[in-house]
Amino acid sequence: MDLAVKTQDLSRIYKIRGGKKEEAKELVALDHVSVEIKRGELFGLLGPNGAGKTTLIKILTTLLSPTSGVATVGGIDVAKEPHNVRPIINMVSGGESSGYGLLTVRENLWMFAQFYGIPTKVANERIKELLGIVGLGDRDNTKSSDLSTGLRQKMNIVRGFLTDPEVLFLDEPTLGLDVGASRDVRHFVRGWVDENKGDKTLLLTTHYMVEADELCDRVAIINQGRVLACDTPSRLKRNLQRDAIFKLEVSPLNGAGTGSFEKLAGVRQVTHQAQDGQSILEFILEEEDVLGRVVNTMTNQDIHIFNLEKREATLEDVFVDLVGKSMKEVEGDSDS
Amino acid sequence: MDAQITIPQSRQDNTFQRLVRTFRVSAWLGWQIEANWADPLVFAIYALIKPLASAAIIVVMYGIITQGDFGQPIFAYIFIGNAFYIYVGQVMSGVSWAVIDDREHYRMLKYVYIAPIHIPTYLLGRGVAKFVFASISVFVTLLAGVLFLQIPLDLLQVDWLLFIVSLAIGVNMLALMGLMLGSIVLLLVNHSFGMGEAVAGALYLFSGAIFPLEVLPEWIRWVGFIMPVTYWLELIRRALLPDIAAGFPTLASLSNGQLLGIMLGLTVFFAVAAFLTFNYCDREARERGYIDRTTNY
Repeated sequence: MDLAVKTQDLSRIYKIRGGKKEEAKELVALDHVSVEIKRGELFGLLGPNGAGKTTLIKILTTLLSPTSGVATVGGIDVAKEPHNVRPIINMVSGGESSGYGLLTVRENLWMFAQFYGIPTKVANERIKELLGIVGLGDRDNTKSSDLSTGLRQKMNIVRGFLTDPEVLFLDEPTLGLDVGASRDVRHFVRGWVDENKGDKTLLLTTHYMVEADELCDRVAIINQGRVLACDTPSRLKRNLQRDAIFKLEVSPLNGAGTGSFEKLAGVRQVTHQAQDGQSILEFILEEEDVLGRVVNTMTNQDIHIFNLEKREATLEDVFVDLVGKSMKEVEGDSDS
Repeated sequence: MDAQITIPQSRQDNTFQRLVRTFRVSAWLGWQIEANWADPLVFAIYALIKPLASAAIIVVMYGIITQGDFGQPIFAYIFIGNAFYIYVGQVMSGVSWAVIDDREHYRMLKYVYIAPIHIPTYLLGRGVAKFVFASISVFVTLLAGVLFLQIPLDLLQVDWLLFIVSLAIGVNMLALMGLMLGSIVLLLVNHSFGMGEAVAGALYLFSGAIFPLEVLPEWIRWVGFIMPVTYWLELIRRALLPDIAAGFPTLASLSNGQLLGIMLGLTVFFAVAAFLTFNYCDREARERGYIDRTTNY
C-alpha cells in the first residue's frame, strides 16, 4: 500500500516545570498512536482542544521529536531524516496572526516560494491564481499587517498550497474564521485534493464535527493522546445508526444532574448543556422504546419537555459514544 | 518498507544552490525588516543620531574625566574601538535576534524551519542588513570624530589592505558568534531577549574596546586574550591609526601577520563551534518543543 503518513506506537510526553523547587510533571500528549494515511487521502484528526492533534502535526512536520515510536512521511523517518521530509511537506496553522507584517501579501508568498526553489515566474503566476481563488486577488500589494485576521489566515493558507506539497498539514485551518470564509476554505481544500486525486495527501486537524464530516475521506477520533476510532465518517456513524438518538429541550435540571437517566436500562449516553434558561439533553438509546422510561423519569422529577426531536447520528454522537462526554464537556474539564 | 515520495524534478537543486538561495532570500527579508519600518527620512535621522549619540556618551565621559584633553592618544584609541564595536552589537546580536524576531514577534519560525532551507545560512543571511546599517553608523561616527574631535585619521596613511582583510574576517567572525548565540537562544524561552545584549556588554568590557587590557586586573585579562574581538579591534586600530596603536602595549609583541593568523584561527574555531552548537541546540529544541514556543514575554 502506498502510504503518505504512517505512525507506529508514537508517543510524546512533555515535561512541565512548575516552581523552581517543584519536580517536573509529565503530560502525555500522544499515547502509542498508530495511524496509516494513504497517498491521495484527505484525512481528518478530530478531537477536542488538548487531545494531541497539534502535537501529532508538529512531529510529522519535524518541529518536535517523538518520545518513542516511529513516524514516517512519504516513507521517510521524520526524526532521523527531517531534512529529507521538509521538501515534500508544508503546514498551515489556524487561529494565529503569523506573517511578516512589513511585507506585502505577494512578498510574503514570493519569499516562501523562493525557499522551496520555485522560480519567480512560476511563483508569481501561482500566487496570482491562488489569491484569486481565496478572494485576495486585489490585496496582493497590501502589507500583511493591514489585513484582518481572517484575510491573513487566507494568505497563510495560500502559503501552504503555493509550494504544491506532496503532503499538506492543516492544523485547525478555519479556526477564527467567519462562516463564509470557513466555507470558502473548506471548498478550496476539498477541490485541491480532488484535482490531485491519488497524488496529494492532506492531513487536517479540527474540532469542528461538520468540517470533518463534510471534508474528510477518513477520520480518526482522538482524545487524551489516544486514537479511539478511525474510519470513514459514514462508517463511524453507521455503527450508531442502530441506536436511537434524541435531543430534548427541557426545563432546567437545577442541579439534579443526569445521573438518574444514566441509570436507566437502555440508555447508552446522556449529555447535558444549559442554554438560554433551558437544559438540552441528548440521549443515545439502545432502542426507541427506552424513550418512554426517560420521559417517565422526567415527569417524576417535574421536568417539563419543551421540544423533542429524533435525529440522525453525527460525528459528535460518535465522539460521545466513545468518550462518554461531548467535546465541549471534555474541553470544559481540561480548562478547569 | 513504504515507497518514498520524491521531490518533483523541477525543484531538485544541489546543496550549493540551496545555500545561495537561502542566503539571498533571508538577506532580502532582513533588509525589508530593517529598512521598511519607518519613513525613509525618519529612518535616515535614526541611522545618523543613534551612533552619534552612543559616541557622544563616551566623548562626554572622557571630556569630564580628562577635563577636555582630547589630544591624548588614548582618546583616539577609545573612539576607534567604540566606533567599530557597533559591528559587534549589530552583526552578532542581529543574527541571534532573528531567532527571537521570527519566533516571538512574527511567529514564523516554524514555517521557516520546515522549509527546505539551511537554517544556519538563513540566520547568517538575516545579519546582512545589520552589517550594512552598522557600516553606515561606523562611517558616520568616524566622520564626526575626524571633523569635530581631531581624530588623526589620515586616509593616505591607512593600511587599506590590512583594514579590508581584517574587517572581512572580523565581520564573518561576529556573524558566526551570532549564529552560536542564536543557537543558544533556540533553547531559551523567557530570557532570550537579553542574551545578545548581555554577551555584547561582556565583550565590551573584556575586548579592549574602550580601554587597554592592562587596565583590567591581571587575573581576569585572559578573558580578553581568548576573545577574537580583541585581536580584531587591535588590527583595525593598526590599519587606521598605526601610530596610536603602537603606543599601547597589550598586543605590541605580535606582528600584523600573527594577529591575522590568530584571528583567522579563532574564526575557524568559532565556525566549527557555531555549527556544532547549532546542531546540538536544534536537536534539543525539537526534543523540548521550543521551535515554535512563544511566551509573549
